[in-house]
Amino acid sequence: MRRGLPPYALFGLASRDVAQKKTERLLNLVLCLLSTQRFLSVQEIREKVPGYQDGTDEAFRRMFERDKAELREIGVPLETGSNTGWEDDQGYRIARRDYQLPDISLSAEEAAAVVLAGRLWQQAPLAGATGSALTKLRAAGMDAEGPLGLEPRVGVAEPAFEACWQAARDGRRLRFDYRTPGRPDPQTREVEPWGVVSWHGRWYLVGHDLGREAPRVFRLSRVVGPATPYGDPASVTRPDGVSLREMVARSVTETPTATAQVRVRRGSGGELRRAATAVRDDVEGWELLEVGYSDPERLAERVTGYGADAVVVSPDEVRAAVVARLRAIAGGAA
Amino acid sequence: MTTPLPELPRLLALVPYLVRRPGVSFATAAADFGISEERLRKDLELLFVCGLPGGFPEDLIDIDFEGDTITVLDSQGVDRPLRLNVDEAVALIVALRTLAETPGLAEPDAVLRALSKVEAAAGAAAGTADVVEVALEGDPEVLAAVRHALESGHALRMTYWSAGRDAITERVVDPWQVFTVGGRSYLEGWCRLAESVRTFHLGRVQEIEVLDVPAAPPKDLPVRDAGQPLFAPGTEDVLVTLVLGPGAAWVADYYPTEHVEPLADGAVVVSLRARDTAWVRRLVLSLGPAGRVVSPEELAAEVRADAAAALRAYDET
Repeated sequence: MRRGLPPYALFGLASRDVAQKKTERLLNLVLCLLSTQRFLSVQEIREKVPGYQDGTDEAFRRMFERDKAELREIGVPLETGSNTGWEDDQGYRIARRDYQLPDISLSAEEAAAVVLAGRLWQQAPLAGATGSALTKLRAAGMDAEGPLGLEPRVGVAEPAFEACWQAARDGRRLRFDYRTPGRPDPQTREVEPWGVVSWHGRWYLVGHDLGREAPRVFRLSRVVGPATPYGDPASVTRPDGVSLREMVARSVTETPTATAQVRVRRGSGGELRRAATAVRDDVEGWELLEVGYSDPERLAERVTGYGADAVVVSPDEVRAAVVARLRAIAGGAA
Repeated sequence: MTTPLPELPRLLALVPYLVRRPGVSFATAAADFGISEERLRKDLELLFVCGLPGGFPEDLIDIDFEGDTITVLDSQGVDRPLRLNVDEAVALIVALRTLAETPGLAEPDAVLRALSKVEAAAGAAAGTADVVEVALEGDPEVLAAVRHALESGHALRMTYWSAGRDAITERVVDPWQVFTVGGRSYLEGWCRLAESVRTFHLGRVQEIEVLDVPAAPPKDLPVRDAGQPLFAPGTEDVLVTLVLGPGAAWVADYYPTEHVEPLADGAVVVSLRARDTAWVRRLVLSLGPAGRVVSPEELAAEVRADAAAALRAYDET
């Protein structure tokens, strides 16, 4: 029916026809190269595969180059080689063992775990990749419904994520502008990326900072504008024994170096209570907490949120930090 | 639910899928590929004209799809799907590792067995999975209790800290789902104390116990769609506008906002809706000089009064 359309058919329909013909041609090419043991020369491919016969040799060559690139893009392993061992006798085939997903047989419980894992990523690019992985596993025979009621989700809201993960995947260097707290202007950083880590909902890039000549952890939400990969693929190697997760954990969690005493109204100060190493009774209606800290400003931030329900007793550096914050807020009202 | 694949990878997966399920219905196959039945029929018509060189009928892919069901009669050798590519292998393996490392969300042994099978099937592509890691927040004991309650259909008793009101309460909850947003795990269920549907942040559960009574949420409750945002603000909620200095810009990333506008000096103006302004007061107090309420004016005045009251405590001690 398609072939019956006159050449002046509606434009949209005509271009749809072209796209469909291309899909047919690529599919025929895959079937043909999968079915052959011998390497097929370019000329043989032109003669055998439907869709390559029309047009000039030059047009065919260009079309074949684009088709090869497209197949490689979706992961079809095109093998080049020679049947005779002569350099000028190069041809193509697809080795079944390289093409096929190996046998994988999952029990109902295992398949349920895979389907649950398939729901983890909420956004592109990883959501699409798990979706197509699951489709391939279903095509290999997996039949599963995910368990109900359980929905782990990880978001990828940071725009820099895609470039950072791809650079880490490909082993390429990365250049980006990075905003550091306390500095007004972002600075350009050049990094050999070792990997990306989602830590309690936030994404980080871990790698070797070329400018500072040291390992560094970057929060992706502080990357300003695009992150640009440069240099050759596979040029970055991660040193042995590096734990990405531990590096992020060390950069985001405080190791307490001092202890503060905070008086908290009974029943309030929830987050401080959870961090407290000791809780004692104090004057009527109040309790006294011991809370470890390293940065007085960060502890002051947590305490001031409770207003008059949490009061720092000691040390002075934390009291002073809290009072300064409260004065800045209270302004003329104090 | 299923994200549809681009055409060529979809067709290459469709043939082996059908080979393994002779007589599968259009509805099932279309749902598994995330496409319409009409699209599926077009895919089958396209496959029907493809095949090996030669062009004789016996060289073509042959599929019977006359009625409501589909059966492949000749696949021309496309009996297995294409290998996982690097992105697919990384995305799935990292997701399985995340489940394995977050006890309580799934049966740990089954996750580990599935993981090693997927890693083996992915082959060399699995090696790249080390460049992505995920650490979710969550107490394994709390998650395990919740999973147990969901699987056995029992109610839960828990001691819960409400951050907004800064109060600790004991509640009995009839749970129906757990989900993770932004690295945090939440439980949704019927709260018998509040007598309404509630979402609990599992990081704020202090003690938890699976009760020996069946979960009995009221019938005909509206169920939240998994794709819905967690905190869907309503227009009845108070619209709060804040100015955030560079040190407090994270607030714009962290909370759902209605509007974000950067200013010339690096600060941002953020509007968000709050059902209960107590948490906004506490947030702005904790931000100190880096954050300020622009409107409503009553809220700005409350924050100033909170700070003044707190300062008086320092004069006394």
